[in-house]
Amino acid sequence: MLDLSDDAWTAIALSVRIAGIATLASLPFGIAVALLLARGRFPGKMLVDGIVHLPLVLPPVVTGYVLLLLFGRRGPLGSFLADHFGIVLSFRWTGAALAGAVMSFPLMVRAIRLSLEAVDPRLEAAAGTLGAGRIATFFLVTLPLALPGVLVGSVLAFAKALGEFGATITFVSNIPGETRTIAAAIYTATQTPDGDAEALRLTVVAVVIALSALVVSEFLQRRATARVRATA
Amino acid sequence: MIEVDVSHRQGGFHLEAAFKGGDGITALFGPSGSGKSTLIALIAGLRRPERGRIVAGDRVLLDTEARVFVRRNRRRIGLVFQDALLFPHLTVRQNLLFGRLFTPRAERRIRLDPVVETLGIGALLDRRPATLSGGERQRVAFGRALLASPRLLLMDEPLAALDQARKAEVLPLIERLRDEFRIPILYVSHAVEEVARLAATVVMLEAGKVTAVGAPADVLRPVRQVDGNRFAVASVLAGTVGAFDTAYGMTPVHHPAGTIWLSGPLGEEGRETRLVVRGTDVALATSLPRNVTIRTALSGTVLRVLRDDGPLASVDVALSGGGVLTAVATRMGLDDLGLDTGDRVWALIKSVAVDERTAARGGMDGEGPRGPRRV
Repeated sequence: MLDLSDDAWTAIALSVRIAGIATLASLPFGIAVALLLARGRFPGKMLVDGIVHLPLVLPPVVTGYVLLLLFGRRGPLGSFLADHFGIVLSFRWTGAALAGAVMSFPLMVRAIRLSLEAVDPRLEAAAGTLGAGRIATFFLVTLPLALPGVLVGSVLAFAKALGEFGATITFVSNIPGETRTIAAAIYTATQTPDGDAEALRLTVVAVVIALSALVVSEFLQRRATARVRATA
Repeated sequence: MIEVDVSHRQGGFHLEAAFKGGDGITALFGPSGSGKSTLIALIAGLRRPERGRIVAGDRVLLDTEARVFVRRNRRRIGLVFQDALLFPHLTVRQNLLFGRLFTPRAERRIRLDPVVETLGIGALLDRRPATLSGGERQRVAFGRALLASPRLLLMDEPLAALDQARKAEVLPLIERLRDEFRIPILYVSHAVEEVARLAATVVMLEAGKVTAVGAPADVLRPVRQVDGNRFAVASVLAGTVGAFDTAYGMTPVHHPAGTIWLSGPLGEEGRETRLVVRGTDVALATSLPRNVTIRTALSGTVLRVLRDDGPLASVDVALSGGGVLTAVATRMGLDDLGLDTGDRVWALIKSVAVDERTAARGGMDGEGPRGPRRV
């Protein structure tokens, strides 16, 4: 039905891998930051909140450029990672994953934070009186109850990372097979004579992937919500 | 066995309470806002008081002078909340076994099977809390707290969210838990019937202060004019259950001052029981009346009359053979009869008003009782 070129298939596989890795890698940090913002009381909380949300309001190109400055070969973090761990992010697909993760982080944190705030702290107190320490309480009570929000946040982040364009192209450019995601491939196609059909096909693919992600998340969320429904 | 001596300020409220609880059930009794729930939170370790000392058994849980503060998860103090607070994402079985996970093996003295059997929750084990009724949830909450093998069980108005029928179903379970698992219980309530029925010791709290400590029969009696909720005045009578009268469906409870007739079967003959009689259900007569439907008449002498310019008065009657019964009457009625201290009287109790099984009746639940006072 959709007669996709090999290049298109490469872009699709790359996009899914980049968005998937971006989501999975940022999830622990997303949960930690959401917990900090939901439960923490410390000076400068507003500032942390602001920094987390910055990628949402900054032009994506700016975010990409900041990433390039920090994680580029000669950037302070980039040279550190390259020298000590041999990890190079700039102009690599891993860099695209980083850009996607940073851009989708606010959405993820927001969803998780809301669901954490909805957890009745008295349930945690109950766990405490039953002998559970803070860490056990978090993993046995708080996190399972916030699971619907974690799922929603993950899917939103995945979809956002999948469509990320501005920061990605600034940070890791548009290298076929390495950093050319669906979004970049569509952009490239529109810049090529006779590329309209390719652009349209990839657009349909992007819509299908994004829609499937939303449907799956809705399904998972319903199941999770049914499980934790009505704080008993 | 708990010793509490704490001082805690919260906004404009100042809690300054010291008491000791023994074996069996100790009730913290007082109106809403008297500091009962704060006290529970301090004992459970959910809050830290400004100053104080809390000892459970031989373990010091809090001593601000010695800078001791045992965290809530190390206190091994069970807590049953008013609204059960079961973990909604876990099954009943998982809820029950939650605390066991964190109990050192050597201290797991309470096992699942007897708890499930006592509470009658065997059929619920694989269900989730959202599918349970209020009474069922509260039973599971009792089990969950018990199975952590706590040193002491705190119950914060565990029946308050239940309707009458559920209360009557859950109340006897609390007595069974106390007896079968030999666990001291600190029971918070503002329902006089619950307290009178369950407690060995009552700690009366008012405005953050302990105003009286003692047996329910002594503490629940007003020593001053009835000026608050007259429905909160109650007496506790001890008696022996007699043989069930099948023809009329009545059971006698024998007291030295007379026989108290209750409707319905009360179980085993010869059993000792405690009855809660509200002051508003007692009428006084100077001679034994013939032409009334009331079957229960107890003889005694007027011990004390508490009255002022208000319309109501309370009369303590020392019953023949021991026990004190408090009647709430109108000042008008007392003057008509000319009743005074030392007079012989008959205390008439309507059988339909007394029920050994009833925990609390309507009218008690909204406002906390302010009747019993000791200043």
